[in-house]
Amino acid sequence: MSGRFGTHGGQYIPETLMNAVIELEEAYNHYKDDPEFNRELTELFNDYAGRPSRLYFAKRMTEDLGGAKIYLKREDLNHTGAHKINNVLGQVLLAKKMGKTRVIAETGAGQHGVATATAAALMDMECEVFMGKEDTIRQALNVYRMRLLGAQVHAVESGTGTLKDAVSETLREWTKRIDDTHYVLGSVMGPHPFPTIVRDFQSVISKEIKEQLMEKEGKLPDAVLACVGGGSNAIGAFYHFIGDESVRLIGCEAAGRGVNTAETAATIATGRLGIFHGMKSYFCQDEYGQIAPVYSISAGLDYPGIGPEHAYLYDKGRAEYVPVTDDEAVEAFEYLAKIEGIIPAIESAHAVSYAMKLAPQMRKDQIIVINISGRGDKDCAAIARYRGEDIHE
Amino acid sequence: MSKIQKAFENGKAFIPFLTCGDPSLEVTEKLVYAMEEAGADLIELGIPFSDPTAEGPVIQEANMRALSGGVTTDKIFDMVRRIRKNTQIPMVFMTYANVVYSYGTERFVKTAAEIGMDGLILPDVPFEEKEEFSSVCDAHGLALVSLIAPTSHERIATIAASAGGFIYCVSSLGVTGVRTEITTDVGEMVRLVREHSSIPCAIGFGISTPEQAKRMAGYADGVIVGSAIVKLCGQYGADCVPHVAEYVKAMKEAAISAEAH
Repeated sequence: MSGRFGTHGGQYIPETLMNAVIELEEAYNHYKDDPEFNRELTELFNDYAGRPSRLYFAKRMTEDLGGAKIYLKREDLNHTGAHKINNVLGQVLLAKKMGKTRVIAETGAGQHGVATATAAALMDMECEVFMGKEDTIRQALNVYRMRLLGAQVHAVESGTGTLKDAVSETLREWTKRIDDTHYVLGSVMGPHPFPTIVRDFQSVISKEIKEQLMEKEGKLPDAVLACVGGGSNAIGAFYHFIGDESVRLIGCEAAGRGVNTAETAATIATGRLGIFHGMKSYFCQDEYGQIAPVYSISAGLDYPGIGPEHAYLYDKGRAEYVPVTDDEAVEAFEYLAKIEGIIPAIESAHAVSYAMKLAPQMRKDQIIVINISGRGDKDCAAIARYRGEDIHE
Repeated sequence: MSKIQKAFENGKAFIPFLTCGDPSLEVTEKLVYAMEEAGADLIELGIPFSDPTAEGPVIQEANMRALSGGVTTDKIFDMVRRIRKNTQIPMVFMTYANVVYSYGTERFVKTAAEIGMDGLILPDVPFEEKEEFSSVCDAHGLALVSLIAPTSHERIATIAASAGGFIYCVSSLGVTGVRTEITTDVGEMVRLVREHSSIPCAIGFGISTPEQAKRMAGYADGVIVGSAIVKLCGQYGADCVPHVAEYVKAMKEAAISAEAH
C-alpha cells in the first residue's frame, strides 16, 4: 500500500481523482531529485521568500521564565508572513512543470490562500481559493490580499463554513476540472502523495534549525514545539529531528474552550481513528462517524483531523501532542508581543503558550525551539474583539 | 442468481437514490414501496454523512436535513428491517467510508447483510483502498459496487475485473447533480468494461430527464438517478411520495424504451 504511515494515510478519494494523484506522484518522484528543479526551488526560497528564516534567541523571554533557553524559529519573517510559502512555492513550481495552468486551494486563516495566490501571481497561473464563509469574516484582510494578488476567492457556505468545508469544496472543484488544474493542498493531509510532498517542502524548517542551532550552541535542542492543525509547520519543524531520540517533539493542538467542551479542535486529545478527506488518521467525530463541528479562535487550527504522519508519530510515542485553550493562546499572543516585540500568529501562539509552561520546568542549560509559524498582524482585530474591543482594520 | 443481477432482468434497470431520513425515515420507507410500485428495479439508500465530498449541493443539503432530524446508522438499519417485512426489492447502501469504518467495518457489513441489504457503494473508496472493505463484504455476501469515472481510462480493465454487483459508471466530471448535457463518451467506458467483465453497468451522475435516461440506458444496462429525486423530496417534504412515484414511472418507461447502441 502506498503512502502509509503505519496504519494512517492512504488514498480515500473518488475514482474521478485517482489518475490525478497518480500523475502527481509520478511527477513529484521525477522532479524531487532533479538538480534543475531543486536549483529553481532554492532560488525561490532564498531570493523570493527570504530563506533561511532566522533562529532568534529570545533572551528576555528566557530570563523571564527562568528555565530552558528559548529560541524562536522565525517563519513569520518569510514573504507572505508564514511557513505556508515553503510548500506553495514547491507545489506551484511542480504544477508548472506538469503543464498545469490553474491552481486551486483551500484556506483557513487565509495564510495558505495568500501564499498560493502569491505563487500563482509569480508563476503566472490562474488561481481560485476556497475559504469558509465564517473565515472570510474572521480574516477579511487576507481575503482582500488574495484578490489584490489576482486570485478569485469563493466563500464556502456548506457545512460549518470553516476549514474542513473549504477542503471539501476544493476537492469537489478538482473533480470538476482536472486536466489543467493542480490542487495546492495546504497541509500534510489529504490523499497520498500530499502528506509526503508537503512534508518534504516544509522540512527545510528543521533542516535550518539543526544547522543554525549547531552553529550557535553546538548541540541539538532538547525540545521542539509547534502548533498543529493539519500539521504542516509542525512536521516541517520536527522532520529532521525524528531520528534524534533525545529531542522532544511537541505538537500544540487548539483546545478552543477546552477539551472537555464540544467547542474544541484538539484531535489527538478528543478524536479517534477514521477516514476523511482522503486519509486514514485521527478525527473529531461522533459515535456514528459524523465529523464534528470543531471550534478554535484560530481559523488555521480549526480542523477536525490531523495529518497521517503526526498520527503515526503519536502512535509510536515519538511525538507528544498537548491541548492549548483559546485563553492560553491569547495570553501567549500578548506575552510575546510585550516581552520580545514579536506578534505571533494566533496559531503559533498555541506553541508559545506551552513553552511558557514547559520552560520553567527545564534546566537553564537545556534548549527549547518554538516554531513561530506565522506573524500575527492578521489576528489583531480578532484578538481585540476577544478582549472586548472593536477596532477597524 | 443474486438479487442485484435480477434487478437487471426487467429490461433496462432504473435505479433511484434516496437520502435516508429526508424528510423522515417514515417517508423514506413509503418512498421505497412507492418507487418499487412505479417500476424501480434496485434502490440506493444513502446513509447521510456530515461531509459528503462527492455530492453536489442538492444531496449535501439533504444530508444536512436528515442529520439535523436525528437520523443515525442504527435507525436506518431498523427502517430496513421494517422494509424487508414488506418487499424484497434489491437495495444497496450508499455512504462514505467513515460511516462504515467508524461503526466498525465488520459490524456494519455483517448487520447490513443480516437485515437483507444486497450491496454497498462507497464513493471515497477507490480500487487501491477497497481490499479492507471488500474482504469483509465478501465474507458476508454483500456486494461492494465499484465506480468508474470519465478519467479512469486504463484503470477500467483492472476495476472491472474484480468488481462485484454492478459497475457504477460516473457519467461526468464533478460531483452529483443535475446536468443539462452529458458530454462524456459513456459508450466507450461501458465498452471497456465489457472487454473484461460481463457485470451489469449502470450510469449515474447528472441524469434527470426522460430523454437523458433513454439515451444513457442505450449505452448500458441501467441508469441511476439521485439529485433529481432528492430535489423532489426537498421541494415537497412529507408530501413528496406521489411526486416521486410519478417521476420514477416516467423515468423507467424512458429507460426501457431505449434501444441498444
